[in-house]
Amino acid sequence: MAYVARKIPFVGTPDTNPETKPFFQGADAGKLMVRRCTSCKKVHHYPRELCPFCFGNCEWQEASGKAKIYTFSVMERANPPYAIGYVTLEEGPSVLTNFVDCDFKALKIGQDVKVTFVKTEDGGPSLPFFTPA
Amino acid sequence: MSLKGAAYIAGAWEHPTRKAPDKSIALLHAECAKGALEDAGLTKDDVDGYFCAGDAPGGLGPLSMVDYMNLKCRHVDSTDVGGSSYQVAVGHAMEAIAAGRCNVALITLSGRPRSEGQATGTAPRPGNPAAPEMQFEFPYGPATANLYGMCAQRHMYEYGTTSEQLAWIKVAASHHAQHNPNAMLRDVVTVEDVVNSPMVSSPLHRLDCCVISDGGGALILTKPEIAKSLKRPLVKVIGVGESPKHQAGGEIDLTYTAARWSGPPAWAMAGIKPSDIKYASIYDSFTITVLMQLEDLGFCEKGQGGKFVADGNLISGVGKLPFNTDGGGLCSNHPANRGGITKIIEAVRQLRGEAHPAVQVPNCDLAIAHGTGGALGTRHCGSTVILERE
Ligand SMILES: [Zn+2]
Repeated sequence: MAYVARKIPFVGTPDTNPETKPFFQGADAGKLMVRRCTSCKKVHHYPRELCPFCFGNCEWQEASGKAKIYTFSVMERANPPYAIGYVTLEEGPSVLTNFVDCDFKALKIGQDVKVTFVKTEDGGPSLPFFTPA
Repeated sequence: MSLKGAAYIAGAWEHPTRKAPDKSIALLHAECAKGALEDAGLTKDDVDGYFCAGDAPGGLGPLSMVDYMNLKCRHVDSTDVGGSSYQVAVGHAMEAIAAGRCNVALITLSGRPRSEGQATGTAPRPGNPAAPEMQFEFPYGPATANLYGMCAQRHMYEYGTTSEQLAWIKVAASHHAQHNPNAMLRDVVTVEDVVNSPMVSSPLHRLDCCVISDGGGALILTKPEIAKSLKRPLVKVIGVGESPKHQAGGEIDLTYTAARWSGPPAWAMAGIKPSDIKYASIYDSFTITVLMQLEDLGFCEKGQGGKFVADGNLISGVGKLPFNTDGGGLCSNHPANRGGITKIIEAVRQLRGEAHPAVQVPNCDLAIAHGTGGALGTRHCGSTVILERE
């Protein structure tokens, strides 16, 4: 688990929505779960039952957790500041996330990062965050 | 059948308020409706089509507002795509008028985020928990400013765009706003002022952001026969286009906006090209919004937006493409956090020759008003309206 100064809020249905439940179960177990289409074989995010590329059915797969920063923005107006960004997973899709355990001023597009997990507030599920590899 | 010219904008009115703690949102809508009808020389009883979006109070599209204003409508539409809804409404109203489903269409927008103390751009607002993306986005703090900041960061990486180039967009808006007595920010600013203002969400500074204001606006669209019977200059709708852009299953490209898709059908319908445009209203939630839309609408090559906006090129009387001559959302007004309708209203002023004399574009016969609603960093809609003075 990574340290984040910001409390991470959560709005969602991690336990009651079977379409996305394995994602949150995976995150709580330290695994980044993604969906791969059984028909066109492409990986997408956020996870859906029906492939957003071909409407084929999808299966779960554990991602490597390796990614590169596609873009980022440091919200300096917030207290504490935080760094939002998209990372492009080794498996293909780009994923919205925050960067943790790092110097925000040193973040660079194209930089290698790896997944880590942070528990959301009020007993919410864990979620994937990223940190320099 | 082309819809080109099927409707005219006969009335356009912007509420002068920028802070309205003592007025309900419904009253603001109604005052805007009254203002636009008086501008057109029509009455409430002439309205038979009503168009609004998510800012209309009540939650069931147009129902509360048609009740409040006591309108007798035979056509309503409440397509809500954020700040771009009003350009979309112009297109939909034109379709409805062409199909004979209404003769006089009223479009209203109003809101008061300033009085309600909304930290519009810097505090993430949870939406409907049923939105499928919510649980994968909201925890990461997607406030508006950082969603646009991510676009600016990537644009800088790919094309070498600089903060100084982005600043020129605010500088141009401020040059125009000094002549608008209703504008929230009337001081002319410099590139240095913008890049030295506090960072909000990198690489966007405070002065890269639009204002937070109360207010609203309204438009009246009508069919050619009625428009020609009125006493106002004729402003014809000659091109419309709308298109959403989103995360595409994770195939993300933040270097362009939905204007890449909403622009071409509008240009094709109008039968003109970007170099024919005399005045451009370009949605300006942030400076980067303007720069990317100008590229995507074809005013310059992709990636050349920074060079295009620099050195005063957007300042009326100075540059090649006068833009947002009322001061736009960056300096004048961004009512309900939705700037689409004020873009159209200033374009109408320019085409009528009723803009402030200091910013009026000479012989302004062709104008564009482009809107973006939602957030460029996740999902948004682009909507384009091209207008001609007849
Ligand atoms: Zn597929």
